[in-house]
Amino acid sequence: MKEFLSFIKKEFRHIFRDRRTILIVLVMPIVQIILFGFAVSTEVHDARVDVVGDLADPSVRQTVARIDQNPYLHVTAVLGSVAEVAERFRAGKSDVAVCFERNFDERLRHYDKAFIRILGDGSDPNTAQMIVNYVNGVLSTVQSELSASEGTQTASFPHVQYMYNPAVRSSYNFVPGVMGLILMLVCSMMTAISIVREKESGTLELLLVSPIRPVGVIVSKAIPYLALSLINLVTILLLARFVLGVPLRGSLFLLAVMSVLFILASLGIGLLISVVSATQKTALLISGMGLTMPTMIFSGIIFPCESMPVILQYVSDIIPAKWYIIMVKKIMIEGVGFSYIYPEFIILLVMTLFLLVVSVRLFKRRL
Amino acid sequence: MGAIEVDEVSKRYGTCQALERVSLDIRAGEIYGLIGPDGAGKTSLFRILVTLLLPDSGHARVEGLDVVKDFMAIRRRIGYMPGRFSLYQDLTVAENLDFFATMFGTTVADNYENIREIYSQIEPFRDRRAGKLSGGMKQKLALCCALVHRPTVLFLDEPTTGVDAVSRKEFWNMLYRIREAGVTILVSTPYMDEASLCDRISLIQQGHIIETGTPAAIVAQYPHRLFGVSGHPAYPLLKYLRRRNDLLRCFSFGSEHHVAVAPGTIAPDELQTQIRAAGFSDATVHEIEPNIEDCFMELAKKERQKA
Repeated sequence: MKEFLSFIKKEFRHIFRDRRTILIVLVMPIVQIILFGFAVSTEVHDARVDVVGDLADPSVRQTVARIDQNPYLHVTAVLGSVAEVAERFRAGKSDVAVCFERNFDERLRHYDKAFIRILGDGSDPNTAQMIVNYVNGVLSTVQSELSASEGTQTASFPHVQYMYNPAVRSSYNFVPGVMGLILMLVCSMMTAISIVREKESGTLELLLVSPIRPVGVIVSKAIPYLALSLINLVTILLLARFVLGVPLRGSLFLLAVMSVLFILASLGIGLLISVVSATQKTALLISGMGLTMPTMIFSGIIFPCESMPVILQYVSDIIPAKWYIIMVKKIMIEGVGFSYIYPEFIILLVMTLFLLVVSVRLFKRRL
Repeated sequence: MGAIEVDEVSKRYGTCQALERVSLDIRAGEIYGLIGPDGAGKTSLFRILVTLLLPDSGHARVEGLDVVKDFMAIRRRIGYMPGRFSLYQDLTVAENLDFFATMFGTTVADNYENIREIYSQIEPFRDRRAGKLSGGMKQKLALCCALVHRPTVLFLDEPTTGVDAVSRKEFWNMLYRIREAGVTILVSTPYMDEASLCDRISLIQQGHIIETGTPAAIVAQYPHRLFGVSGHPAYPLLKYLRRRNDLLRCFSFGSEHHVAVAPGTIAPDELQTQIRAAGFSDATVHEIEPNIEDCFMELAKKERQKA
């Protein structure tokens, strides 16, 4: 027991005496969460809308006014014809164009039917889709107003509402994602590097020659990073709740349990990396390229897994972070209890046990 | 029973035969030197003996314990100082020592007497980080860390490499005092001059033990007469000596050339006259005692010829 305490103390000294380690372990998570929460956001503010149509037409005027009132949209120009839209897009002067049919008001009154065309700038499909959705939202409101005032029955527009995240804030998606990413990074990368550093410096040789068992080395290496990860978890949750305004609707205890499970899985991965790499550079490369990148891409932080080719979806299934992030989203945003997340929990549990057993077995007691 | 018994141990890395049927018998309480150039297989043998590597074939026992089967028991009673400085550079002197003491289930206070003599020299720097110590102090710290749990067998792999001459001398004095406590010491070194400081030595070359014995006995077996030849200019003189086919071998050795001749062929004065006549007017020749390096060169050459 004394050996463990002494070993753990030594690990903390390594961490606190190296400024770069401190930076990665304690400062980077804060920077990342703030960066992802504020700067890197997929929301669109102030989209520029061009209008093609006759402003003398009362219905057109009413609709355009509504668009301009929307906080995310503002009308920049009224164009004479649809042909001008392309030039505006190319010049980067507008993001979306709303084209009204000729005699819009009249057709609406007499035939209960008039056409509006929305032109989005498809060169940036994600943004375009988002802006078109905003415009659509405005149009459907106008539509229902018009029909109400006219007393006519128009075809019903769907009224879209996003449950759990009515404002469709991207931080709701990023915070769980970044939590997964950071815990993974700190635990896997730092554990791997700290073991490989001992390999490189030759101190592992001395540790192996001492009577301490390899499991002892592994546990003592892991505990400080486990502790730091818990600190990170608390910081992230506080930042998410009070700075980014992301709710924590579910049980904090459940979230903590799942996080510890995920941290253990990450430690297992870190150990595996340390077994296969001989230098700190290799360990860094493997955890950077082999871990951070796939986690970013396949865990659904940036790209939804559902829209990937089937093979890549299978690949994403073996990434522990994916399951953790799903659970975090469900707990934090939807506020569900354990009964809703147990499939993901079991998958992550099996992964964790597998990783820990394999890595401990592979960790050599000789050179 | 010997403290360390090595019986026909072989180790191969890919196509490189690091050790080939190496056998040693080291008695308890002696300082045993493993002498050989870099790449001779010294570190591989050390790692097998401290249970870090498995031999491909053969057996080895440390204090009667098998290095493969009883590795955990061996780890408890040996001290090991690897070839390069292997302590935590970001921990202080005292932290390093405390850490290794605890790892072996003991404390610095309990074993202070055991390391006092060495530790007292670095104790003034106890709060300095190990990475900021000089080479000699690092070596002393590493020795303290290897000794802190009172091992009965001490493995020192090239402990004096990269250490200045004064510290090396001090280091050997420390080894003698450790030996007095009954500790068996196996030490490897590429420095031939340190060989004569050991009780017994083995010369190792390309994975083969080429000679074993006390330094005096190995020197006594030297089969030739040896002359020290000096003169200017040195390099043309060496070339001249090598051209002569009545001399067996010539090596440059510091400021002198060592020339081996078959007994009864030529006397020092005679050689001196001939060298002076060849244009090296200040040349002097005198008979010298062979040292371990001369023996090593001779034996290594013989070994190569055998192969």
